[in-house]
Amino acid sequence: MTIRLAGIIVGLVITGILVLWSLLPGALNYSAPEKPDYYAFKEELIEPAGGFSFEGPLGKWDTAQLQRGYSVYKQVCSSCHSLQYVAFRNLQEIGFSEAEVRAEAASWQVPGIDPQTGESIMRPAEPTDHFPMPYPNKTAARLANNNAYPPDLSLITKARPDGVHYVYSLNLGYKEPDPELVEKTGFETPTGLYFNVYFPSINLAMPQQIYDGLVTYPDGTEPTAEQISADVTAFLAWTAEPKMIQRKQTGWVVLGFLLFMTALAFLSYKQVWAGMKPKKK
Amino acid sequence: MSFAWAKQYEPKSAFTKWIDEKLPVPRLVYNAVGAGYPVPRNLNYMWNFGVLAGFCLMLQIITGVVLAMQYESDTGVAFASVEHIMRNVNWGWMLRYAHANGASFFFIVIYLHIFRGLYYSSYKAPREMIWLLGVVIFLLMMATAFMGYVLPWGQMSFWGAKVITGLFGAIPLIGEPLQVWLVGGYAPNDATLSRFFSLHFLLPFVIAGVVILHIWALHIPGSSNPTGVEVKQESDTVPFHPYYTAKDGFGLGVFLILFTLFVFFLPNVLGHPDNYIEANPLSTPAHIVPEWYFLPFYAILRAFTGDLALFGVTLVPAKLLGVIAMFGSILVWFFLPWLDKSPVRSGSYRPLFKKFFWFGLVPCMILLTICGGSPAEEPWVILSQIATAYYFLHFLVILPIVSQIEVPKPLPFSITEAVLGSDDKPGSMEGGGDKPGKVVKPLPGSDPDGSLAPAE
Repeated sequence: MTIRLAGIIVGLVITGILVLWSLLPGALNYSAPEKPDYYAFKEELIEPAGGFSFEGPLGKWDTAQLQRGYSVYKQVCSSCHSLQYVAFRNLQEIGFSEAEVRAEAASWQVPGIDPQTGESIMRPAEPTDHFPMPYPNKTAARLANNNAYPPDLSLITKARPDGVHYVYSLNLGYKEPDPELVEKTGFETPTGLYFNVYFPSINLAMPQQIYDGLVTYPDGTEPTAEQISADVTAFLAWTAEPKMIQRKQTGWVVLGFLLFMTALAFLSYKQVWAGMKPKKK
Repeated sequence: MSFAWAKQYEPKSAFTKWIDEKLPVPRLVYNAVGAGYPVPRNLNYMWNFGVLAGFCLMLQIITGVVLAMQYESDTGVAFASVEHIMRNVNWGWMLRYAHANGASFFFIVIYLHIFRGLYYSSYKAPREMIWLLGVVIFLLMMATAFMGYVLPWGQMSFWGAKVITGLFGAIPLIGEPLQVWLVGGYAPNDATLSRFFSLHFLLPFVIAGVVILHIWALHIPGSSNPTGVEVKQESDTVPFHPYYTAKDGFGLGVFLILFTLFVFFLPNVLGHPDNYIEANPLSTPAHIVPEWYFLPFYAILRAFTGDLALFGVTLVPAKLLGVIAMFGSILVWFFLPWLDKSPVRSGSYRPLFKKFFWFGLVPCMILLTICGGSPAEEPWVILSQIATAYYFLHFLVILPIVSQIEVPKPLPFSITEAVLGSDDKPGSMEGGGDKPGKVVKPLPGSDPDGSLAPAE
């Protein structure tokens, strides 16, 4: 009885403190949060027509697309964004031959040591090297980019909510703001920032990079802005999770095994319990 | 420690006889999870989760030990070492996804196990010790999971660690020095990561030790059951093996299928994208949220928004109130066996209790989870305050009063009657009714009819 009485008293005291000092003052000053004015410009993420080949439980890499995406990264993104967790040898996984990987690596310069003098030099990369950093350090990167640090892209599609669609949309999200809304909200894009309807705070430090015909594809694919964005997004989805397709394919094998074993387990459960179960009336 | 009709282990070969004399491990297994452990025959699927929780613990220990062979607990390379596991270690991605989702599934299983206990009052005499040890296991699990989430050294790892270790700073007088001592600095740093790794490796084995005590304590009165009526006679029970090994085998299969769907097809949905960004002490994420299984307690922590002040003098700051309430919300479970004094165990025979359980406690926990994951703004603040108030009222006020005033439904005479209908009316069958044959000695604290005697 003592414990229950004490419990009731403690319960009422806790609730009383919560209601009188937190809930009531909060309720009296109740104010729904005001959305910042840039919310008016936000748009839903978009996806390419037909989606991406690697999506869904049966998805597969489109290696031609990954190779196109790699060339976009090399020609456009790599001047500001690093890809530090990916090595050149990994490119074999997207369909380059060993010789092609060797040649591709050699077309990049990475920091090294001159074996004759011991001085720091730039040397052609080996397949075992990782993609080089575009700037010597973070301070240099910020100085070159209006004090914004261009994030590493190796994990970008996993490091943003709905990352694959986010990256695809962001590349295509540079639009002219609706003048009526601008007048209504008084929203401004300061110099050095760029209006993008998919960026969380709308004003993005990266200017538009992807335009129709920006690159030419050796395989004859038409380089529209949508195509380029889809290709580089697919490539970045691969760099974020190179084992994605292996994962899904393994999953089907595991699932098949488990379904079979669980069916057996169910039958043995029914057999063991036969005769023990009640006769329902 | 078992019922009189429990089967006895009989070693057959010369070798098992030799073992049985020297170190009777086969006998222990036989009595613990073999044919030597009689279990109520009417357990439903909610009784699968004990075995599943044990499976999860083993899964976490095995995957964790292997991951630890590749992981580096140095803030400079911790994040990169996790990426190394994901990209270069053979099947490393599978181990890591199994370990990360394994933690989530461990908590799903343990929450179902706890709520089974709450609904069927498994905490009541003679099983109080099992419940108390279970709450200890849950607290150890929370500490282990929290420290494990810090190890990848992503943004949520760092900021989550900062928020949670900051709670100790709310303790009056000793708070700040205590916090600096625990963290090894003023903010999470290399020393913090190393000690968290060390403890994250140690605690699962402590949990395993308490699990042994938990199971030991369970085998003294034996398992409870959905009617809450104690075992009276041999026809009320079946041997654990093969009856419940078969049923648990099926349950494990279903569990593994669901687990597989997450590990191989949705490995990141239960995590937070920010944790794929390396920890950066200079950049605070927009919303710091813990893992989903801590959200109800995080909501309780944040529900206290106002200092307890009288005439302009602050007696207890809001932060300390929140910390007390958050720890109190679990500590209150330690007192449940004595707060709920209804002589009936099973919620199925308690109409009023049942209403408060399904329409009070369960929606309250769901609401707390949603509020914990939402930003600290209206209407979530006020909803979390209402849910927190209900949470404490439920356990501390409603349960004691309900157990006093409620008129329970009539209980079945025995488990056998509950299963077979009227077949077990006294005298109708051998080994049951009024010819029970080998009747079990009533357990301390229970009436001969199996229900609990009121304490006062």
